[in-house]
Amino acid sequence: MTDTTHSPHGARSAQTDGSARPVPFRGGGFRPATNRWAGPLVFALLIAFVEVGLRAGWISNLTLPLPSDVLATFVQLYETGLLWRHLVPSLTRFMVGGTLGALAGIGVGTLIGLFGLARAGLVPMVAALFPVPKIALLPLFVIWFGIGEGSKYALIALGTFTPMVVATYGAVDNVDRTLIRMGQSFGLSWGSIVRKIVLPGAMPGILSGLRIGLAIAIILLVAAEMLGAQYGIGAYILEAGSLYDLERLFAGVAILSVLGVATSAAVAWVERRVLRWRS
Amino acid sequence: MELRVAGLTHRYGETCVLDDVSLEIPAGRIVCVVGPSGCGKSTLLRMLGGLERPAAGRVLQIGRPPEGSLNPLTYVFQDFALLPWRDVAGNVRLVLEDHRLPNREDVIADVLARTRLTEFARALPRQLSGGMKQRVAIARALAVRPAVMLMDEPLSALDAQTRELLMDDLIGLWMRERFTAVYVTHNLAEAVRLGHRVVVLSRRPGRIREIVEIDEPLGGRGAMEEVQAHLWGLMRDEARAADAELVP
Ligand SMILES: Nc1ncnc2c1ncn2[C@@H]1O[C@H](COP(=O)(O)OP(=O)(O)OP(=O)(O)O)[C@@H](O)[C@H]1O
Ligand SMILES: [Mg+2]
Repeated sequence: MTDTTHSPHGARSAQTDGSARPVPFRGGGFRPATNRWAGPLVFALLIAFVEVGLRAGWISNLTLPLPSDVLATFVQLYETGLLWRHLVPSLTRFMVGGTLGALAGIGVGTLIGLFGLARAGLVPMVAALFPVPKIALLPLFVIWFGIGEGSKYALIALGTFTPMVVATYGAVDNVDRTLIRMGQSFGLSWGSIVRKIVLPGAMPGILSGLRIGLAIAIILLVAAEMLGAQYGIGAYILEAGSLYDLERLFAGVAILSVLGVATSAAVAWVERRVLRWRS
Repeated sequence: MELRVAGLTHRYGETCVLDDVSLEIPAGRIVCVVGPSGCGKSTLLRMLGGLERPAAGRVLQIGRPPEGSLNPLTYVFQDFALLPWRDVAGNVRLVLEDHRLPNREDVIADVLARTRLTEFARALPRQLSGGMKQRVAIARALAVRPAVMLMDEPLSALDAQTRELLMDDLIGLWMRERFTAVYVTHNLAEAVRLGHRVVVLSRRPGRIREIVEIDEPLGGRGAMEEVQAHLWGLMRDEARAADAELVP
C-alpha cells in the first residue's frame, strides 16, 4: 500500500477514490412560508364546491343554503338599509365593551405584574373568574346595569378583561430585568420605568392577549344580543334561526366572520407598527 | 468626587461573598478589579452604585459630585442593556428625559460624536454590532456626566478585535476628560491597559489579595508583561481552586 493518503485517521485511498458528490441538503422545512392567496382561495373553492354541489343535486338542498342566495339576501339587507340598523349597534357594543375591558385588563395586569400585594390578592380572583362562562352572568348584569346597553357593555368588557389580565401580567413578568435595573441605576422615576421600559417590553404579550380578548368579545357580543336586543347581528341571527331561514342565518354568520377577520387584521397592523423593533 | 469602601462584608444566605473589603477610588483614576469567577466582583460593584445593600460596612462618597452631574454613579453593563425599541439617540435620550435640560439634543449630539456614533443616531439596536452597542451604552453613560463610572466586564461580550478597538476608545475618552471609573474584568490584559490601580480579589469570600499601582501613563502603555505575569501569579492558584468549586 502506498502512503499517499492524507485523510484523517489514515483512511484508505479506496474511500477517497475521486467520486465527488454534493453534500445532501437537509436544512429545509419547519418554516412555513406565507402565501397571501392561499387563504382566499380555500374560501372560494369551498363556496364554489357547495354551490355546484347543491345545483347538481349531490348535496341535498336541505343541508345548506345556496351561496348565491345568501349573497342575494345580503344585498337585500344592504339595500333596505337593515344592514346598518343591525351592524351599527353591534359595532358600538363591540368597541365600547372591548375597549373598556382591554384597558382595565392592561391596567390590572400591570399592577399584578408590579406589586406583590396585587398579585397575591388578584391572581386567585382572576383564576376564579376566567373559567366562568360570562354569558351566565348576563342576568346579574341586567340587574346591575339595566336591560339596555349597559349590561351588554359590561358583559363584553368582562369577557375581554380576563384574558387581557393574564396576558399582561405574564408579559410584564417576562420583561428583561436587566433593563429595569438599568433604569433604576440611571435614577429614572418609577413612572418613567413603567411607561418607557415595562410597558413597551410587555407590548408583544399584551397584543397577543388582545387577539384572544377581542375574539371572545365577538362571541359574547352575539350571545348578549341573542338574549335581549332588538337590533344587532346576534338578534338578526337568532330571528333567522328560529324561522329556519338558512339564507339569513348564513348571511349573519358571514358578517361575524368578516368582523373576526377584520379585528385580527387590525391587531396585526398594530403589531407591525408597534413591534417594528423586533425583527 | 471619590469613593471609599470601608469594611464591606456581604453574605447571600450561608455563603459569604465579600469579606471586609476596604479600598479607595480616587478621582480621575481608573481602578480595575480582577479576581476568580464568583468572588463577588459584580456584587461589589452593585454595592458601589447603591443597587444592593451590604450586610456590613459602608460605601462613602467623599466630596460633592461635580456641578451638572445628573447621575453621579453610572453603570455600563456587560450585556449593554439597551432598549431594543428605541434607536441610538432615543436610548441616550431615555436617561435625560427625567431631567429638565434646555439643551438636551445638544448633549445627545455631543456624546454621540465623542463615541463616533453620529451617523447611527437613527439605527435600532438590532442593527448594530456588539461593539457599537457597547459604544451606545458608553455614550448613554457619558450623557449623564457621571462622577464615577461603574463598569462590569463591559468588553467581555465582544470579540478580541472589537475589544482592542474599544479599549483604545476608552483610553481616548479618558485622555480628553479624566473620568473616574471602577472597571471589573476577567481579562488581565484589559486590567493593565486601563487601570491606574489593579485590585486583586481572592476567591470567595472575596478579600483583597493585593493592590497593584501602575504608574505608567495610560496612553503609551505596551502589553506590560511583567505586571500581567505578577497578577497572574497572584491569581493562578485561586482561579484553579475557584474553578473546581461547586456553585452554592
Ligand atoms: N442575588 C444573589 N443571590 C444569591 N447568591 C448570589 C446572588 N448574586 C450573586 N450570588 C453569588 O455570590 C457569589 C458572587 O457573585 P458575583 O456575581 O458577585 O461574582 P463575580 O465575581 O462577579 O463572578 P463572575 O466573575 O462570574 O462575574 C457567587 O457565588 C454567586 O453565586
Ligand atoms: Mg460578575
